[in-house]
Amino acid sequence: MIAVKELTKRYARTTAVDRISFSVEKGQIVGFLGPNGAGKTTTMRVLTCFLPPSAGTATVAGFDVLDQPREVKRRIGYLPETPPLYPEMATSEYLRFVGKLKGLSGAELDKRVDYVCGRCFISDVRQKLLGKLSKGYRQRVGLAQAIIHNPEVLILDEPTAGLDPKQINETRDLIRSLAGDHTIILSTHILPEVEQTCEQVIIINKGKLVATDSVHNLQARTRGVESVVLEVAGRDGELETELVQQKLEQIPGVAHVLHKDSRDHHLVFEVQSQKGQLVRGDLARAVVASGWDLNELRAAGMSLEEIFLELTGGEKAAEAKDAAVQATEPAETTPNSSETQA
Amino acid sequence: MRNIWTICRKELGSYFVSPIAYLLLTVSGVVSGFFFWVLLSGFVIEGMEMQMRGESFPMNINEQIIRPLLMNIGVIFLFFLPLITMRLFAEEKRSGTIELLATSPVRDLEIILGKWFAALTLYACMLLMPALDFIFLFVYGKPDWKPVAVGYLGLLLLGGLFLAIGTFISTLTKNQIIAAAVTFAVCLLLWVMEWTTNFESGNWADVLGYISVITHFDSFAKGVIESKDVVFYLTGIFVGLFATARSLESLRWRS
Repeated sequence: MIAVKELTKRYARTTAVDRISFSVEKGQIVGFLGPNGAGKTTTMRVLTCFLPPSAGTATVAGFDVLDQPREVKRRIGYLPETPPLYPEMATSEYLRFVGKLKGLSGAELDKRVDYVCGRCFISDVRQKLLGKLSKGYRQRVGLAQAIIHNPEVLILDEPTAGLDPKQINETRDLIRSLAGDHTIILSTHILPEVEQTCEQVIIINKGKLVATDSVHNLQARTRGVESVVLEVAGRDGELETELVQQKLEQIPGVAHVLHKDSRDHHLVFEVQSQKGQLVRGDLARAVVASGWDLNELRAAGMSLEEIFLELTGGEKAAEAKDAAVQATEPAETTPNSSETQA
Repeated sequence: MRNIWTICRKELGSYFVSPIAYLLLTVSGVVSGFFFWVLLSGFVIEGMEMQMRGESFPMNINEQIIRPLLMNIGVIFLFFLPLITMRLFAEEKRSGTIELLATSPVRDLEIILGKWFAALTLYACMLLMPALDFIFLFVYGKPDWKPVAVGYLGLLLLGGLFLAIGTFISTLTKNQIIAAAVTFAVCLLLWVMEWTTNFESGNWADVLGYISVITHFDSFAKGVIESKDVVFYLTGIFVGLFATARSLESLRWRS
Protein backbone atom coordinates (compact mmCIF):
# COMPACT_ATOMS: atom_id res chain seq x y z
CA MET A 1 0.00 0.00 0.00
CA ILE A 2 2.80 2.35 0.93
CA ALA A 3 6.28 1.94 -0.45
CA VAL A 4 9.14 4.21 0.49
CA LYS A 5 12.47 3.80 -1.22
CA GLU A 6 15.71 5.51 -0.27
CA LEU A 7 13.74 8.54 0.83
CA THR A 8 15.86 11.54 1.72
CA LYS A 9 14.74 14.97 2.81
CA ARG A 10 17.25 17.73 3.28
CA TYR A 11 16.50 21.13 4.70
CA ALA A 12 18.82 24.08 4.28
CA ARG A 13 21.44 22.83 6.70
CA THR A 14 20.24 19.54 8.08
CA THR A 15 19.26 16.20 6.66
CA ALA A 16 16.01 15.36 8.36
CA VAL A 17 15.48 12.00 6.73
CA ASP A 18 18.36 9.97 5.38
CA ARG A 19 17.75 7.17 2.85
CA ILE A 20 14.81 5.51 4.55
CA SER A 21 13.14 2.51 2.94
CA PHE A 22 10.13 0.62 4.17
CA SER A 23 6.82 -0.68 2.97
CA VAL A 24 3.42 -1.12 4.55
CA GLU A 25 0.87 -3.74 3.61
CA LYS A 26 -2.83 -3.04 3.19
CA GLY A 27 -4.85 -3.01 6.41
CA GLN A 28 -1.86 -2.84 8.73
CA ILE A 29 -1.31 -0.46 11.62
CA VAL A 30 2.28 0.66 11.64
CA GLY A 31 3.89 2.53 14.47
CA PHE A 32 6.47 5.09 13.57
CA LEU A 33 8.71 5.28 16.56
CA GLY A 34 11.53 7.62 17.37
CA PRO A 35 12.62 10.35 19.74
CA ASN A 36 11.64 13.94 19.07
CA GLY A 37 13.37 15.31 16.01
CA ALA A 38 14.01 11.88 14.54
CA GLY A 39 12.33 12.74 11.25
CA LYS A 40 8.91 11.20 11.85
CA THR A 41 6.92 14.29 10.96
CA THR A 42 9.07 14.98 7.91
CA THR A 43 8.53 11.47 6.57
CA MET A 44 4.79 11.80 7.08
CA ARG A 45 4.74 15.16 5.36
CA VAL A 46 6.43 13.64 2.35
CA LEU A 47 3.88 10.81 2.29
CA THR A 48 1.01 13.32 2.38
CA CYS A 49 2.54 15.37 -0.46
CA PHE A 50 3.00 18.35 1.82
CA LEU A 51 6.76 18.31 1.29
CA PRO A 52 8.53 16.98 -1.76
CA PRO A 53 11.35 14.49 -1.18
CA SER A 54 14.92 15.63 -1.89
CA ALA A 55 15.77 12.19 -3.22
CA GLY A 56 14.22 8.77 -3.39
CA THR A 57 10.61 7.86 -4.03
CA ALA A 58 7.46 7.33 -2.04
CA THR A 59 4.30 5.78 -3.44
CA VAL A 60 0.88 5.49 -1.87
CA ALA A 61 -1.53 2.96 -3.37
CA GLY A 62 0.72 2.82 -6.40
CA PHE A 63 0.75 6.58 -7.00
CA ASP A 64 3.95 8.56 -6.69
CA VAL A 65 3.82 11.54 -4.34
CA LEU A 66 5.65 13.74 -6.84
CA ASP A 67 4.02 12.68 -10.10
CA GLN A 68 0.41 12.16 -9.06
CA PRO A 69 -0.09 14.11 -5.86
CA ARG A 70 -3.82 14.56 -6.40
CA GLU A 71 -4.40 10.84 -6.62
CA VAL A 72 -2.35 10.33 -3.48
CA LYS A 73 -4.15 13.11 -1.59
CA ARG A 74 -7.52 11.63 -2.53
CA ARG A 75 -6.54 8.39 -0.81
CA ILE A 76 -4.96 9.83 2.31
CA GLY A 77 -6.40 11.09 5.55
CA TYR A 78 -3.91 13.13 7.53
CA LEU A 79 -3.89 14.33 11.10
CA PRO A 80 -0.94 16.70 11.59
CA GLU A 81 0.69 17.17 14.95
CA THR A 82 -1.57 20.09 15.74
CA PRO A 83 -5.07 19.40 14.43
CA PRO A 84 -5.71 21.83 11.53
CA LEU A 85 -8.83 23.46 12.96
CA TYR A 86 -10.36 26.84 12.20
CA PRO A 87 -11.31 28.26 15.60
CA GLU A 88 -14.17 30.35 14.19
CA MET A 89 -16.00 27.37 12.69
CA ALA A 90 -18.44 25.02 14.39
CA THR A 91 -17.58 21.33 14.45
CA SER A 92 -20.17 20.14 11.93
CA GLU A 93 -19.56 23.14 9.68
CA TYR A 94 -15.85 22.36 9.71
CA LEU A 95 -16.36 18.67 8.95
CA ARG A 96 -18.64 19.59 6.05
CA PHE A 97 -15.99 21.96 4.73
CA VAL A 98 -13.26 19.32 4.90
CA GLY A 99 -15.59 16.74 3.36
CA LYS A 100 -16.26 19.04 0.42
CA LEU A 101 -12.54 19.67 -0.02
CA LYS A 102 -12.02 15.93 -0.17
CA GLY A 103 -14.67 15.65 -2.88
CA LEU A 104 -17.80 14.60 -0.99
CA SER A 105 -21.18 16.17 -1.64
CA GLY A 106 -24.91 15.95 -1.06
CA ALA A 107 -26.41 13.08 0.90
CA GLU A 108 -23.11 11.26 1.05
CA LEU A 109 -21.50 14.21 2.80
CA ASP A 110 -24.30 14.36 5.39
CA LYS A 111 -23.99 10.64 5.97
CA ARG A 112 -20.22 10.76 6.43
CA VAL A 113 -20.41 13.73 8.81
CA ASP A 114 -22.93 11.86 10.97
CA TYR A 115 -20.83 8.74 10.78
CA VAL A 116 -17.51 10.31 11.82
CA CYS A 117 -19.19 12.29 14.60
CA GLY A 118 -20.48 9.05 16.06
CA ARG A 119 -17.27 7.21 15.46
CA CYS A 120 -15.05 9.81 17.10
CA PHE A 121 -17.46 10.62 19.96
CA ILE A 122 -17.93 14.26 19.04
CA SER A 123 -21.70 14.24 18.48
CA ASP A 124 -22.23 16.32 21.62
CA VAL A 125 -20.04 19.18 20.36
CA ARG A 126 -21.37 19.39 16.80
CA GLN A 127 -22.67 22.92 17.20
CA LYS A 128 -19.78 24.21 19.30
CA LEU A 129 -17.07 26.46 17.94
CA LEU A 130 -13.78 24.65 17.45
CA GLY A 131 -11.92 27.41 19.27
CA LYS A 132 -13.88 26.64 22.42
CA LEU A 133 -13.20 22.90 22.45
CA SER A 134 -10.89 21.21 24.93
CA LYS A 135 -7.67 19.63 23.76
CA GLY A 136 -9.17 16.14 23.80
CA TYR A 137 -12.10 17.16 21.64
CA ARG A 138 -9.86 19.07 19.27
CA GLN A 139 -7.77 15.97 18.77
CA ARG A 140 -10.88 13.89 18.10
CA VAL A 141 -12.25 16.41 15.64
CA GLY A 142 -8.84 16.24 13.98
CA LEU A 143 -9.18 12.50 13.71
CA ALA A 144 -12.74 12.86 12.40
CA GLN A 145 -11.58 15.19 9.62
CA ALA A 146 -8.89 12.68 8.67
CA ILE A 147 -11.37 9.84 8.14
CA ILE A 148 -14.24 11.88 6.68
CA HIS A 149 -13.68 10.72 3.10
CA ASN A 150 -13.05 7.12 4.13
CA PRO A 151 -9.45 7.16 2.88
CA GLU A 152 -7.49 4.01 2.18
CA VAL A 153 -4.50 5.31 4.11
CA LEU A 154 -4.53 7.16 7.40
CA ILE A 155 -1.49 9.09 8.53
CA LEU A 156 -1.62 10.23 12.13
CA ASP A 157 1.13 12.36 13.63
CA GLU A 158 1.19 11.79 17.39
CA PRO A 159 -2.56 11.26 17.67
CA THR A 160 -2.50 10.92 21.46
CA ALA A 161 -0.19 13.81 22.29
CA GLY A 162 -1.62 16.07 24.97
CA LEU A 163 -4.56 13.88 25.89
CA ASP A 164 -5.41 12.68 29.38
CA PRO A 165 -5.02 8.96 30.14
CA LYS A 166 -8.68 8.17 29.60
CA GLN A 167 -8.74 9.97 26.28
CA ILE A 168 -5.51 8.24 25.26
CA ASN A 169 -7.14 4.86 25.78
CA GLU A 170 -10.25 5.90 23.90
CA THR A 171 -8.20 7.22 21.02
CA ARG A 172 -6.13 4.04 20.85
CA ASP A 173 -9.28 1.93 20.82
CA LEU A 174 -10.64 4.15 18.09
CA ILE A 175 -7.49 3.78 15.99
CA ARG A 176 -7.47 0.03 16.48
CA SER A 177 -11.08 -0.16 15.40
CA LEU A 178 -10.23 1.73 12.21
CA ALA A 179 -7.66 -0.86 11.16
CA GLY A 180 -8.73 -3.35 8.58
CA ASP A 181 -10.65 -0.83 6.49
CA HIS A 182 -7.72 1.54 6.53
CA THR A 183 -3.98 1.23 6.38
CA ILE A 184 -2.68 3.31 9.26
CA ILE A 185 0.66 4.89 9.99
CA LEU A 186 0.90 6.58 13.34
CA SER A 187 3.91 8.27 14.83
CA THR A 188 4.75 8.37 18.49
CA HIS A 189 7.61 8.54 20.91
CA ILE A 190 5.76 6.50 23.49
CA LEU A 191 6.65 2.83 23.38
CA PRO A 192 3.60 1.28 25.11
CA GLU A 193 1.45 3.05 22.57
CA VAL A 194 3.08 1.07 19.82
CA GLU A 195 2.77 -2.14 21.76
CA GLN A 196 -0.92 -1.55 22.33
CA THR A 197 -2.01 -0.37 18.93
CA CYS A 198 0.38 -1.44 16.23
CA GLU A 199 1.29 -4.61 14.45
CA GLN A 200 4.41 -3.37 12.80
CA VAL A 201 7.04 -0.95 14.05
CA ILE A 202 9.40 1.29 12.18
CA ILE A 203 12.03 2.81 14.41
CA ILE A 204 14.00 5.80 13.22
CA ASN A 205 16.55 7.94 14.94
CA LYS A 206 18.29 11.06 13.67
CA GLY A 207 16.78 10.55 10.26
CA LYS A 208 18.01 7.02 9.85
CA LEU A 209 16.13 3.77 9.93
CA VAL A 210 17.09 1.77 12.99
CA ALA A 211 14.76 -1.18 12.60
CA THR A 212 11.55 -2.36 11.04
CA ASP A 213 9.96 -5.33 12.69
CA SER A 214 6.70 -6.66 13.99
CA VAL A 215 5.76 -5.69 17.53
CA HIS A 216 5.77 -9.36 18.46
CA ASN A 217 9.40 -9.82 17.41
CA LEU A 218 10.43 -6.59 19.04
CA GLN A 219 8.96 -7.66 22.33
CA ALA A 220 10.58 -11.06 22.06
CA ARG A 221 13.91 -9.40 21.51
CA THR A 222 13.65 -7.23 24.54
CA ARG A 223 11.64 -9.50 26.80
CA GLY A 224 13.33 -11.27 29.68
CA VAL A 225 15.39 -8.30 30.70
CA GLU A 226 14.26 -6.86 33.96
CA SER A 227 14.88 -3.24 34.72
CA VAL A 228 14.52 -2.21 38.33
CA VAL A 229 14.74 1.12 40.08
CA LEU A 230 16.09 0.85 43.59
CA GLU A 231 16.38 3.43 46.34
CA VAL A 232 18.69 2.64 49.23
CA ALA A 233 19.28 4.62 52.40
CA GLY A 234 21.84 4.14 55.13
CA ARG A 235 20.66 3.45 58.66
CA ASP A 236 22.63 6.27 60.20
CA GLY A 237 23.59 8.79 57.58
CA GLU A 238 26.64 8.12 55.49
CA LEU A 239 26.44 5.57 52.74
CA GLU A 240 29.18 4.99 50.21
CA THR A 241 27.98 4.89 46.67
CA GLU A 242 30.70 2.64 45.38
CA LEU A 243 30.25 0.16 48.16
CA VAL A 244 26.56 -0.24 47.44
CA GLN A 245 27.15 -0.42 43.73
CA GLN A 246 29.74 -3.18 44.15
CA LYS A 247 27.42 -5.09 46.41
CA LEU A 248 24.62 -4.92 43.88
CA GLU A 249 26.82 -5.89 41.00
CA GLN A 250 27.89 -9.02 42.82
CA ILE A 251 24.35 -10.35 42.91
CA PRO A 252 24.04 -13.15 40.36
CA GLY A 253 21.92 -12.27 37.35
CA VAL A 254 22.60 -8.54 37.50
CA ALA A 255 23.96 -7.14 34.27
CA HIS A 256 24.36 -3.44 34.89
CA VAL A 257 24.02 -1.14 37.84
CA LEU A 258 23.57 2.54 37.12
CA HIS A 259 23.91 5.15 39.82
CA LYS A 260 21.15 7.58 39.01
CA ASP A 261 20.82 10.00 41.87
CA SER A 262 21.76 10.65 45.46
CA ARG A 263 20.07 13.02 47.86
CA ASP A 264 20.30 13.21 51.65
CA HIS A 265 22.04 9.84 51.90
CA HIS A 266 19.45 8.23 49.68
CA LEU A 267 20.96 6.51 46.69
CA VAL A 268 18.95 5.68 43.59
CA PHE A 269 20.15 2.94 41.25
CA GLU A 270 18.82 1.46 38.10
CA VAL A 271 19.59 -2.21 37.86
CA GLN A 272 19.28 -4.30 34.73
CA SER A 273 19.14 -8.04 34.83
CA GLN A 274 20.65 -10.44 32.37
CA LYS A 275 18.31 -12.03 29.88
CA GLY A 276 15.85 -14.39 31.50
CA GLN A 277 16.86 -13.56 35.06
CA LEU A 278 14.59 -12.16 37.73
CA VAL A 279 16.56 -10.26 40.31
CA ARG A 280 14.10 -8.23 42.32
CA GLY A 281 13.91 -10.63 45.24
CA ASP A 282 17.67 -11.01 45.42
CA LEU A 283 18.14 -7.27 45.32
CA ALA A 284 15.80 -6.73 48.24
CA ARG A 285 17.44 -9.46 50.29
CA ALA A 286 20.94 -8.17 49.58
CA VAL A 287 20.08 -4.63 50.62
CA VAL A 288 18.37 -5.67 53.82
CA ALA A 289 21.11 -8.17 54.67
CA SER A 290 23.70 -5.41 54.43
CA GLY A 291 21.85 -3.44 57.04
CA TRP A 292 20.60 -0.70 54.72
CA ASP A 293 17.08 0.58 54.31
CA LEU A 294 15.21 -0.36 51.18
CA ASN A 295 13.10 2.69 50.44
CA GLU A 296 11.85 1.84 47.02
CA LEU A 297 11.94 -1.05 44.61
CA ARG A 298 10.00 -0.92 41.39
CA ALA A 299 10.10 -2.27 37.88
CA ALA A 300 11.13 0.40 35.40
CA GLY A 301 9.64 0.18 31.93
CA MET A 302 11.86 -0.24 28.93
CA SER A 303 12.53 3.21 27.65
CA LEU A 304 12.82 3.86 23.99
CA GLU A 305 16.51 4.47 24.44
CA GLU A 306 17.01 1.06 25.96
CA ILE A 307 15.14 -0.50 23.11
CA PHE A 308 17.53 1.26 20.77
CA LEU A 309 20.43 -0.10 22.75
CA GLU A 310 18.95 -3.56 22.68
CA LEU A 311 18.33 -3.38 18.99
CA THR A 312 21.74 -2.13 18.07
CA GLY A 313 23.57 -5.10 19.47
CA GLY A 314 24.59 -6.54 22.84
CA GLU A 315 28.20 -5.58 23.43
CA LYS A 316 27.94 -2.22 21.85
CA ALA A 317 24.94 -1.61 24.02
CA ALA A 318 26.95 -2.42 27.10
CA GLU A 319 29.69 -0.03 26.06
CA ALA A 320 27.18 2.65 25.33
CA LYS A 321 25.56 2.01 28.65
CA ASP A 322 28.87 2.45 30.48
CA ALA A 323 29.53 5.58 28.53
CA ALA A 324 26.12 6.80 29.52
CA VAL A 325 27.08 6.58 33.16
CA GLN A 326 29.74 9.20 32.64
CA ALA A 327 27.92 11.31 30.13
CA THR A 328 25.36 13.70 31.45
CA GLU A 329 23.14 13.23 28.46
CA PRO A 330 22.63 9.55 27.73
CA ALA A 331 20.75 10.38 24.56
CA GLU A 332 24.01 11.52 23.00
CA THR A 333 25.48 8.06 23.19
CA THR A 334 22.71 6.23 21.40
CA PRO A 335 24.67 4.30 18.82
CA ASN A 336 22.99 5.25 15.61
CA SER A 337 26.02 4.26 13.59
CA SER A 338 25.11 0.61 13.62
CA GLU A 339 21.97 0.06 11.69
CA THR A 340 20.23 -3.22 11.92
CA GLN A 341 17.52 -3.90 9.49
CA ALA A 342 15.27 -6.84 10.00
CA MET B 1 -14.73 25.17 -9.81
CA ARG B 2 -16.62 23.54 -6.96
CA ASN B 3 -13.52 23.73 -4.78
CA ILE B 4 -13.17 27.44 -5.46
CA TRP B 5 -16.72 27.96 -4.28
CA THR B 6 -16.17 25.79 -1.18
CA ILE B 7 -13.09 27.76 -0.16
CA CYS B 8 -14.65 31.10 -1.03
CA ARG B 9 -17.68 30.38 1.14
CA LYS B 10 -15.53 29.24 4.02
CA GLU B 11 -13.44 32.43 3.83
CA LEU B 12 -16.53 34.64 3.65
CA GLY B 13 -17.86 32.81 6.69
CA SER B 14 -14.62 33.57 8.52
CA TYR B 15 -14.88 37.25 7.62
CA PHE B 16 -18.45 37.58 8.76
CA VAL B 17 -18.19 35.69 12.03
CA SER B 18 -15.25 37.82 13.07
CA PRO B 19 -15.68 41.54 13.75
CA ILE B 20 -13.43 42.47 10.83
CA ALA B 21 -16.15 42.48 8.17
CA TYR B 22 -18.50 44.60 10.26
CA LEU B 23 -15.69 46.93 11.26
CA LEU B 24 -14.69 47.49 7.65
CA LEU B 25 -18.28 47.99 6.51
CA THR B 26 -18.95 50.47 9.29
CA VAL B 27 -15.76 52.43 8.77
CA SER B 28 -16.23 52.63 5.00
CA GLY B 29 -19.81 53.76 5.52
CA VAL B 30 -18.83 56.47 7.98
CA VAL B 31 -15.84 57.76 6.04
CA SER B 32 -17.54 57.80 2.64
CA GLY B 33 -20.56 59.37 4.30
CA PHE B 34 -18.36 62.16 5.62
CA PHE B 35 -16.80 62.81 2.22
CA PHE B 36 -20.26 62.79 0.68
CA TRP B 37 -21.51 65.32 3.20
CA VAL B 38 -18.53 67.62 2.60
CA LEU B 39 -18.88 67.45 -1.18
CA LEU B 40 -22.62 67.85 -1.11
CA SER B 41 -22.44 70.87 1.22
CA GLY B 42 -19.90 72.51 -1.08
CA PHE B 43 -22.13 71.79 -4.04
CA VAL B 44 -25.22 73.26 -2.36
CA ILE B 45 -23.45 76.41 -1.17
CA GLU B 46 -21.94 77.02 -4.59
CA GLY B 47 -25.37 76.61 -6.15
CA MET B 48 -26.92 79.14 -3.78
CA GLU B 49 -24.13 81.67 -4.37
CA MET B 50 -24.61 81.41 -8.10
CA GLN B 51 -28.31 82.00 -7.74
CA MET B 52 -27.69 85.09 -5.60
CA ARG B 53 -25.33 86.49 -8.19
CA GLY B 54 -27.84 85.70 -10.85
CA GLU B 55 -25.44 83.62 -12.87
CA SER B 56 -26.44 80.32 -14.30
CA PHE B 57 -23.42 78.10 -14.78
CA PRO B 58 -24.33 74.54 -15.55
CA MET B 59 -24.02 72.53 -12.37
CA ASN B 60 -23.30 68.85 -12.71
CA ILE B 61 -23.79 66.29 -9.92
CA ASN B 62 -21.72 63.75 -11.76
CA GLU B 63 -18.78 66.07 -12.21
CA GLN B 64 -18.89 67.80 -8.86
CA ILE B 65 -19.97 65.11 -6.41
CA ILE B 66 -19.79 61.61 -7.81
CA ARG B 67 -16.43 61.84 -9.53
CA PRO B 68 -14.47 63.30 -6.60
CA LEU B 69 -16.28 60.97 -4.22
CA LEU B 70 -15.25 57.92 -6.22
CA MET B 71 -11.65 59.16 -6.29
CA ASN B 72 -11.70 59.65 -2.53
CA ILE B 73 -13.18 56.25 -1.92
CA GLY B 74 -10.40 54.75 -4.01
CA VAL B 75 -7.82 56.40 -1.74
CA ILE B 76 -9.52 55.45 1.53
CA PHE B 77 -9.91 51.85 0.52
CA LEU B 78 -6.21 51.71 -0.14
CA PHE B 79 -5.86 51.83 3.64
CA PHE B 80 -8.48 49.17 4.31
CA LEU B 81 -7.69 46.50 1.75
CA PRO B 82 -4.55 45.24 3.52
CA LEU B 83 -6.83 44.45 6.47
CA ILE B 84 -8.84 42.15 4.24
CA THR B 85 -5.98 40.25 2.71
CA MET B 86 -3.55 40.06 5.63
CA ARG B 87 -5.10 36.96 7.15
CA LEU B 88 -5.69 34.96 3.97
CA PHE B 89 -2.54 32.87 4.07
CA ALA B 90 -0.60 34.24 7.05
CA GLU B 91 -3.22 32.90 9.43
CA GLU B 92 -3.28 29.47 7.79
CA LYS B 93 0.48 29.30 8.02
CA ARG B 94 0.54 30.29 11.66
CA SER B 95 -2.19 27.93 12.81
CA GLY B 96 -1.03 25.02 10.66
CA THR B 97 -4.30 24.72 8.78
CA ILE B 98 -2.33 25.23 5.58
CA GLU B 99 -1.42 21.56 6.00
CA LEU B 100 -5.06 20.63 5.64
CA LEU B 101 -5.45 22.61 2.42
CA ALA B 102 -2.14 21.43 1.00
CA THR B 103 -2.90 17.77 1.65
CA SER B 104 -6.44 17.93 0.25
CA PRO B 105 -7.05 17.05 -3.38
CA VAL B 106 -7.46 20.65 -4.50
CA ARG B 107 -5.22 22.67 -6.77
CA ASP B 108 -3.22 25.59 -5.42
CA LEU B 109 -4.96 27.78 -7.96
CA GLU B 110 -8.36 26.80 -6.60
CA ILE B 111 -7.29 27.73 -3.08
CA ILE B 112 -5.94 31.08 -4.26
CA LEU B 113 -8.94 31.98 -6.41
CA GLY B 114 -11.34 30.94 -3.65
CA LYS B 115 -9.62 33.21 -1.17
CA TRP B 116 -9.28 36.07 -3.62
CA PHE B 117 -12.95 35.91 -4.60
CA ALA B 118 -13.92 35.94 -0.93
CA ALA B 119 -11.80 39.04 -0.37
CA LEU B 120 -13.27 40.64 -3.49
CA THR B 121 -16.80 39.90 -2.29
CA LEU B 122 -16.17 41.56 1.06
CA TYR B 123 -14.66 44.52 -0.79
CA ALA B 124 -17.74 44.70 -3.02
CA CYS B 125 -19.87 44.82 0.12
CA MET B 126 -17.74 47.74 1.32
CA LEU B 127 -18.44 49.50 -1.97
CA LEU B 128 -22.15 49.20 -1.31
CA MET B 129 -21.82 51.54 1.68
CA PRO B 130 -21.12 54.69 -0.42
CA ALA B 131 -23.88 53.52 -2.74
CA LEU B 132 -26.28 54.40 0.07
CA ASP B 133 -25.11 58.01 -0.35
CA PHE B 134 -25.65 57.92 -4.10
CA ILE B 135 -29.26 56.87 -3.54
CA PHE B 136 -29.97 60.36 -2.17
CA LEU B 137 -28.52 61.92 -5.32
CA PHE B 138 -30.80 59.82 -7.46
CA VAL B 139 -33.82 60.59 -5.28
CA TYR B 140 -33.34 64.40 -5.25
CA GLY B 141 -31.40 64.95 -8.46
CA LYS B 142 -30.98 63.54 -11.90
CA PRO B 143 -27.40 62.33 -12.20
CA ASP B 144 -26.42 60.08 -15.05
CA TRP B 145 -26.23 56.51 -13.72
CA LYS B 146 -23.77 55.24 -16.33
CA PRO B 147 -20.67 57.09 -15.02
CA VAL B 148 -21.53 55.77 -11.55
CA ALA B 149 -21.60 52.22 -12.85
CA VAL B 150 -18.35 52.72 -14.72
CA GLY B 151 -16.79 54.26 -11.62
CA TYR B 152 -17.83 51.21 -9.65
CA LEU B 153 -16.33 48.92 -12.26
CA GLY B 154 -13.09 50.87 -11.92
CA LEU B 155 -13.13 50.62 -8.13
CA LEU B 156 -13.73 46.89 -8.40
CA LEU B 157 -10.79 46.44 -10.77
CA LEU B 158 -8.56 48.68 -8.68
CA GLY B 159 -9.51 46.79 -5.52
CA GLY B 160 -9.06 43.46 -7.25
CA LEU B 161 -5.50 44.46 -8.09
CA PHE B 162 -4.71 45.52 -4.53
CA LEU B 163 -6.30 42.34 -3.18
CA ALA B 164 -4.20 40.22 -5.52
CA ILE B 165 -1.06 41.99 -4.31
CA GLY B 166 -2.18 41.57 -0.70
CA THR B 167 -2.91 37.87 -1.22
CA PHE B 168 0.59 37.42 -2.57
CA ILE B 169 2.21 39.23 0.34
CA SER B 170 0.14 37.21 2.80
CA THR B 171 1.81 34.03 1.55
CA LEU B 172 5.23 35.42 2.42
CA THR B 173 4.83 35.66 6.18
CA LYS B 174 3.17 34.04 9.18
CA ASN B 175 2.59 37.43 10.76
CA GLN B 176 -0.62 39.23 9.82
CA ILE B 177 0.64 42.63 10.93
CA ILE B 178 3.68 42.33 8.68
CA ALA B 179 1.47 41.19 5.82
CA ALA B 180 -0.81 44.21 6.26
CA ALA B 181 2.03 46.71 6.63
CA VAL B 182 3.95 45.49 3.60
CA THR B 183 0.80 45.32 1.49
CA PHE B 184 -0.04 48.88 2.45
CA ALA B 185 3.46 50.09 1.62
CA VAL B 186 3.48 48.39 -1.77
CA CYS B 187 0.01 49.63 -2.69
CA LEU B 188 0.86 53.14 -1.58
CA LEU B 189 4.03 53.18 -3.67
CA LEU B 190 2.10 51.93 -6.68
CA TRP B 191 -0.37 54.71 -6.02
CA VAL B 192 2.06 57.62 -5.81
CA MET B 193 4.36 56.37 -8.56
CA GLU B 194 2.98 58.91 -11.02
CA TRP B 195 4.18 61.83 -8.87
CA THR B 196 7.56 61.21 -10.47
CA THR B 197 6.12 62.54 -13.72
CA ASN B 198 5.96 65.97 -12.05
CA PHE B 199 9.73 66.41 -12.08
CA GLU B 200 11.00 63.60 -14.30
CA SER B 201 10.50 63.15 -17.97
CA GLY B 202 11.61 60.66 -20.55
CA ASN B 203 11.14 56.92 -20.81
CA TRP B 204 11.76 56.24 -17.16
CA ALA B 205 9.04 58.59 -16.01
CA ASP B 206 6.69 57.20 -18.64
CA VAL B 207 7.12 53.71 -17.28
CA LEU B 208 6.63 54.80 -13.67
CA GLY B 209 3.63 56.84 -14.67
CA TYR B 210 2.16 53.86 -16.45
CA ILE B 211 2.70 51.52 -13.50
CA SER B 212 0.96 53.94 -11.17
CA VAL B 213 -2.45 52.53 -10.45
CA ILE B 214 -4.13 55.91 -10.05
CA THR B 215 -3.53 57.16 -13.59
CA HIS B 216 -5.57 54.24 -14.85
CA PHE B 217 -8.38 54.97 -12.48
CA ASP B 218 -8.92 58.53 -13.78
CA SER B 219 -10.80 57.45 -16.87
CA PHE B 220 -13.15 55.23 -14.83
CA ALA B 221 -13.90 58.09 -12.46
CA LYS B 222 -14.77 60.22 -15.49
CA GLY B 223 -17.15 57.51 -16.60
CA VAL B 224 -15.08 56.30 -19.51
CA ILE B 225 -14.12 52.67 -20.00
CA GLU B 226 -10.73 52.67 -21.67
CA SER B 227 -9.67 49.24 -22.78
CA LYS B 228 -6.02 49.96 -22.01
CA ASP B 229 -6.90 50.65 -18.39
CA VAL B 230 -9.05 47.55 -18.12
CA VAL B 231 -6.17 45.55 -19.55
CA PHE B 232 -3.79 47.17 -17.06
CA TYR B 233 -5.86 46.13 -14.06
CA LEU B 234 -6.58 42.63 -15.35
CA THR B 235 -2.88 42.12 -16.07
CA GLY B 236 -2.03 43.34 -12.59
CA ILE B 237 -4.53 40.96 -11.01
CA PHE B 238 -3.16 38.10 -13.07
CA VAL B 239 0.44 38.90 -12.10
CA GLY B 240 -0.48 39.15 -8.42
CA LEU B 241 -2.33 35.83 -8.38
CA PHE B 242 0.37 34.18 -10.45
CA ALA B 243 3.01 35.31 -7.96
CA THR B 244 0.79 33.94 -5.18
CA ALA B 245 0.68 30.55 -6.89
CA ARG B 246 4.46 30.48 -7.29
CA SER B 247 4.96 31.55 -3.70
CA LEU B 248 2.56 28.90 -2.41
CA GLU B 249 4.35 26.25 -4.41
CA SER B 250 7.75 27.37 -3.17
CA LEU B 251 6.55 27.14 0.44
CA ARG B 252 6.69 23.39 0.09
CA TRP B 253 10.18 23.39 -1.30
CA ARG B 254 11.54 25.90 1.15
CA SER B 255 9.99 24.97 4.48
